[in-house]
Order: sequence, then C-alpha cells, then structure tokens
Amino acid sequence: MKIAVCLRRVPDTTSKIVIGASGTSIDETGIKFVPNPYDEYAVEAAIALKEQAGAGEAVVVGLGGDSVQETLRTALAMGIDRAVHLQGAASADGLENARVLADHLRGAGYDLILFGKLAVDDCGQQTGAMVAELLELPCATAITMLAVADGRAAVEREVEGGVEQASCALPAVFTCDKGLNNPRLPSLKGIMAAKKKPFEIKPVTVAVGAVSIVSLVLPAERAAGRIVGEGAAAVPALMQLLTAEAKVI
Amino acid sequence: MANILAVLEIRGGALRKGAVELLAAARRLADASGGTVDALVCSNGAVDGSALGPAGADRVLHATHADFANYCPDGISATAASLASQYRAIIVAASATGKDLAPRIAARVNAPCAMDVTAVDLTGDNIRVVRPVYAGKAMQTVDLRGTAVIAVRPGAYPALGAAKSGASQNVAVPAFTQRLDVAGIRASDKGALDVAEARVVISGGRGLGDPKHFALLEDLAAAFGGEAAVGASRAVVDAGWASHGAQVGQTGKTVAPELYIAIGISGAIQHLAGMRTAKVIVAINRDKDAPIFKVADYGIVGDLFEVVPALTAAVKAAKAH
Repeated sequence: MKIAVCLRRVPDTTSKIVIGASGTSIDETGIKFVPNPYDEYAVEAAIALKEQAGAGEAVVVGLGGDSVQETLRTALAMGIDRAVHLQGAASADGLENARVLADHLRGAGYDLILFGKLAVDDCGQQTGAMVAELLELPCATAITMLAVADGRAAVEREVEGGVEQASCALPAVFTCDKGLNNPRLPSLKGIMAAKKKPFEIKPVTVAVGAVSIVSLVLPAERAAGRIVGEGAAAVPALMQLLTAEAKVI
Repeated sequence: MANILAVLEIRGGALRKGAVELLAAARRLADASGGTVDALVCSNGAVDGSALGPAGADRVLHATHADFANYCPDGISATAASLASQYRAIIVAASATGKDLAPRIAARVNAPCAMDVTAVDLTGDNIRVVRPVYAGKAMQTVDLRGTAVIAVRPGAYPALGAAKSGASQNVAVPAFTQRLDVAGIRASDKGALDVAEARVVISGGRGLGDPKHFALLEDLAAAFGGEAAVGASRAVVDAGWASHGAQVGQTGKTVAPELYIAIGISGAIQHLAGMRTAKVIVAINRDKDAPIFKVADYGIVGDLFEVVPALTAAVKAAKAH
C-alpha cells in the first residue's frame, strides 16, 4: 500500500486575523502555524492504512515556500515515512497548484492520494478533486469513513440530511473530513526518528493562473447587542424582541 | 454577453431546495450583460422543472442517463463540461454535492473555481466574487479570468421575481467513465434537519454540563416545528457529546440562519467565525462577560436550565397562535 498525503501549513484556528499592509493577505506577525487540521485526518488515515497493510510507504507532499518543511516534519514525527517539499510559491488559482501536484504524483505508483477536505486559510476546497480529474482517478470528497480491501475502497461522506455511501477501485483520491479518525500526536520517539527520514526538496514552478486576489478585508462588525435581562424572567422580553423587532419568530 | 449555466442538484428524482436561489444568482450575473440562464438537470428520469422558469431559467436542459439515479460526479461533470464552451460561468449551490462537483468541472474545462461565494458580479472581462476565508474571519474578493466555475453559498441570494420561459430541452450525456459508484444516501438519525440548511439553529456548548442535556435543545428545536436544527460547539463535539456533523465553527460548518441561539457557549473565536453571519443571534449564558454576548443581538444572563425550558414554552405558545 503506497499512500501520498498532500499537506498544507495554515494559521492555528484560534488565531485572530489581522489584514496585512498589502491589503490582500494576512499579517503573519505573532501567528502560530500548524498543519491544516483536515490534513491531519489524511495523515492519520495514511499511517493507519499502511500499518493495516503491513507493508508499503506513506509519503507526505507539501507545495509552497520553505516554511512548509516544518509542517512536513510534523507529519514525519506522526509516523509518515518520507517527505517531499515541492518548493515554489503556490498560486491563488487552485487548478495551477493541482497541476503541479498531479505532475509529481502521476505514474509514481500510489494506491491512495489523500488530502484534507479544505485548508482553513483560503478555504479553497478544490485541489484534491482537481488532482483526481487531472490524473483521471476516482475521487470522493469530505469523507468520514474509509475502508480499503481487495483493491477497492468504500467511503462515506456527509451530505445535507444524510450520509452518502460510495465505492471505487484503487488507485483513488480522497479528501478527508472531521470524523474520519482521531489523529495521533507526534511522540518524542517519532520526533527523533523524523530527523533521519528521507526529505526530498524538489523545486517547482507554479503558473500564475486565472485568479487574482483583489482584496482581503475583515467582515463587517455586528452592531452592538444588548442584554435583555437575567434568568427565566427575561424570556417574555426576549420573545417580544424576536417577534416584534427582529421578526424571526 | 454572459450566458450562465446553473447545474442543479437532484436527489431522489426531485430538485433539492436551493435551486430557486441559485437561479437568482445566475439571473443577476446574466442580466448584467444581457445574457441567458440555462438550468441543467441531470437525472435518470423525468424531473418536474416547472418551478425553474418562474425562478429565472430561460431554458431547462434535461440530461438523462441510467447512471444518474444517485449522485454521479463523473457523469454530471462530463455533461456540464461538454456544454461549457457556450457559457461565461457555470454555477452550482455550495452544498456538499455542489462543492464536490465544482472543482471536477473546473479541472475538466481548465477553468478557475471559487467556493462558498457570497457575492458575484461582472467587472470588465472578469467575474468578481466575494468569499469568506479563514472560515469567515475575513472576506476575500477575487477576479476570475475566462470561464469560471462558482459554488454559491446558500442564502447568499434571495429568490427573484424575474420569470422566464424555462423551455425544456434535452441535451446529450457524453460518454464518460464512472469511476466512483455512489450507492445512495442513508438518512440521518431522526431525519434531522442539517444545521447548514435550517432557518433556526440552536447550538449547545460546554455549559450544558452533560451530553444528556442536549435534550433541552432538542425540545426547543421541536418547538419551532421542523424548521430548527441542533448544533454544537467544537468543545462538545471533541468531547463526544454531539456528532461532528453538528459542529458550527472553523473546523465545522459555517451557518447563516435567520435565528441562531447559542446556549452555554462562551464564544471562542473559531466558533464565532462559523455563525457571525446569522441574521439574529441570541445568547444564553451564565457568564455575563462571555465573548458570545459581544456578537449577540439579544442576550440573557442566567442558568440555561431555567431559561431554556421557559423559552421553549414561550416559543410553543407563540407558534400555537
């Protein structure tokens, strides 16, 4: 079982966002960066499936500037075998990033290519499915269950009001959602072992593509609200506001 | 001239809700340049599209194939891609299915793709879209060159009154390889409404103290008579009190209901990111300094075990009138 996981580095979800001087990106001062939370489900799935198969290789691939190397090392410490840094500035156009990833992954013999459902920074939510199309592989997005046996995969994904069930032959591309598994933490032993694992740096050029960022702004602040009152005694006043003022009941 | 193709979502042989809103977004984009709107319906049999003309579709394109009984991403994206050259934009609803489909179509037609779009306009040769990033902590405006594939967020556009003829026309399904076999959809427990689709969302946090107290929230939701869903904060989802599908916030769902009631939720920044675009926010919390009160339109400081049952009774009474 040979598995690739494509990994992104993002601001921690507890970060307060401040717009940078360019007006098109965030101010990174003081921001703690972490592996994209959804990618951690993909990393965990890759390690667990390799363990289940008893043989094979789990590889983590990161596209971007040199800062992504720290994120790749975290995945190695979790138990991934090998890292590849596709070194180059990513595009605002997800399709261009997908092309570079697909070019790297094509013909490399992967049974599974895993992504997070989305990266919590740009929330682009497209690269995984695009890589699948470019490689002409089966794909399911935002999966919450993955079972692999006899060269096929069974998956489940949440849709509004239910769970969609699907299956396909391997090789395949999946993007992973919360609920798929509980990602393990890097152990001290894992962190030490990670230092000796293969780490390839491969310069790439990503085309600009057809997307340009015009601006990034903070959302409009909500108007200041009010405390209606204390305890159950405040419920009639709240109901009056919801029915007469806000007209939502 | 911007002609728009709206790819509609079908489940169980019928249009999913959201089709009318999606056509409103398509209509707005088309009308800006004297273009037309076509609605693409991919199904395995006849689908009632009579609502689509009144909602703004110039034509309803029916693509019929035996493999379209369930969601068929390979066949639907191939069909949409085969029609793409006639259109300036291909738009879908930003539902679980729409967001699965959009990047597939984009890759097939070599087009840029934008997800969760809340506003869309033509600016010169570009399509300009606004979309939340950092899970709603910031709004990004981007220009898309050439044909674009856009997933429009539910609730972003109210339905329009611009009725068109909605003339039916059959279109061919091109040859495609079905790589993913979708067996079907297992309905959620209790047939519960999804937090992303409900008009009213009632969310609980750590203040509930115990998972069994979610029953209080379910009672309140029931008082709204089928238009309310129960959500949860990340803390209680991670603690196993609620399913991850109910999580509202940065690593869960972003919701924009008419009414959001936060119960026993302190209001961590990543939770606020997921619900700040609700029309009206109500917070019930014991701690008067909880950050949730900073975004709430109306707050009640107090013991949720007293306030929530009283609110449930009051909503029931109001609904009975």
